[in-house]
Amino acid sequence: MDWTQYLNPLMQGALVTIELTIYSTILGAILSFAAGIGKTARNPVIKVIAATYIEIFRGTSLLVQLFWLYFALPVAGQAMGIDLRLPPVVAGVLALSLNIGAYGAEVVRGAIQAVSKDQYEAAKALNFTPRKTLWRIALPQAIPEMMPAFGNLAIQNLKDTALVSLISLSDLAFRAEQLRNFTQDSTTIYTMALFMYFGLALVLTAMMKLLERYVSRWRVGAR
Amino acid sequence: MTEPIIKFDKVVKAFGSFVVLNKLDFEVKPGEKVTIIGPSGSGKSTVLRILMTLEPITDGVVYVDGQPLWHEKSGDGSLKPAGEPHLRKMREKMGMVFQQFNLFPHMTVRRNITEAPIQVLGIAKSEARDRANELLEMVGLTEHADKYPHQLSGGQQQRVGIARALAMRPKIMLFDEPTSALDPELVGEVLNVIRKLAEEHDLTMLLVTHEMNFARQISDRVCFFDQGRMLEEAPPEELFTNPKEQRTREFLKAVLEGN
Repeated sequence: MDWTQYLNPLMQGALVTIELTIYSTILGAILSFAAGIGKTARNPVIKVIAATYIEIFRGTSLLVQLFWLYFALPVAGQAMGIDLRLPPVVAGVLALSLNIGAYGAEVVRGAIQAVSKDQYEAAKALNFTPRKTLWRIALPQAIPEMMPAFGNLAIQNLKDTALVSLISLSDLAFRAEQLRNFTQDSTTIYTMALFMYFGLALVLTAMMKLLERYVSRWRVGAR
Repeated sequence: MTEPIIKFDKVVKAFGSFVVLNKLDFEVKPGEKVTIIGPSGSGKSTVLRILMTLEPITDGVVYVDGQPLWHEKSGDGSLKPAGEPHLRKMREKMGMVFQQFNLFPHMTVRRNITEAPIQVLGIAKSEARDRANELLEMVGLTEHADKYPHQLSGGQQQRVGIARALAMRPKIMLFDEPTSALDPELVGEVLNVIRKLAEEHDLTMLLVTHEMNFARQISDRVCFFDQGRMLEEAPPEELFTNPKEQRTREFLKAVLEGN
């Protein structure tokens, strides 16, 4: 079979991969901020919840989290009389974003805590509330610092989406596997899949760079 | 006899076993321009940081504008440690200028000045902007309003710092070594702004500085601090020409010879 014939099914898979990456990166970013800010909170309850979430999802395997959400949760739900069956896309996006969110939370926490004490003192002297200090003074300075690490996490997230093929989501990895079973043309198919992941990663890196430039625009020429 | 606007009553500040302020008694009258001088570690910056509520006190009572700063009156009239709402109310009375300027690097000069009035005082944007423009004119930075702090010299940044503090309309201005981080040729422009403030406004000003000539020109009173206490206070002419205490003489000699 000619390699061009693989292109269409692989492209369809790539679309699913893109979709999964976008959803889980966005949801993961939201979770990162929620848990990262939560960990810097003065309220001990919020702090413990954030820390527990981070440790659990950093300390367990993404594959097991995925299987747990997809296979174990419905069974647990059944025992309690609740329908907790998740569609594969939802289970996949949830597992990916919960995982990436836990790593991202540490990035957010670190960047917030790296904002200099002087800035917090200036905010206090001007009578900003702690909440406004966070949103208006600390975060705008911390976000540019987070961007390189966020870029890495987004790429990692893109590659991790391949795991969802194991819960029968027809992403790029799933399509490649399917074609290989059918044609036995492993070299061509997996080489194409490699290049497609690589291409997606390049686009994602470029997008993160643009985002980084946007959130750091006030720093132009500084340092 | 006017009531003091600032009063330290046997204030102790200690970091562990290290005593920074040792039962300090100190007063400032409304509208008075007071300079604190003294060797490093004498507790002079700590006085300002306590007033700005950046550093809590260990013992004693600080009064600002007739009210205890770090305490509030409980039901039976005794003093209890102040809660955040009380501290917020008290902070409104004061503005601070920092040694390292501490401008917000992600905001333009104008926004550095308008942000707190809008976000904290709830002033309308247009009004805050007008006020910022007035202040920028006063500190001579009108044409730099849309620049970011890192695009300005240290002297210009510190003048923004002064405008930013004034925008909150404080009764008391605290200057914590405002020229110590500046290159020598930039000191004058900042001192000129402070001098203008001292001459044209009835603000109470409390200044910690090593600029002895400047202290002499603008102060109503100069206080010499040593080892957490006020060792000597006098009008500037008197303190600089005829200090009573041996320690004051030694300090002034060391500082003036160093220049």
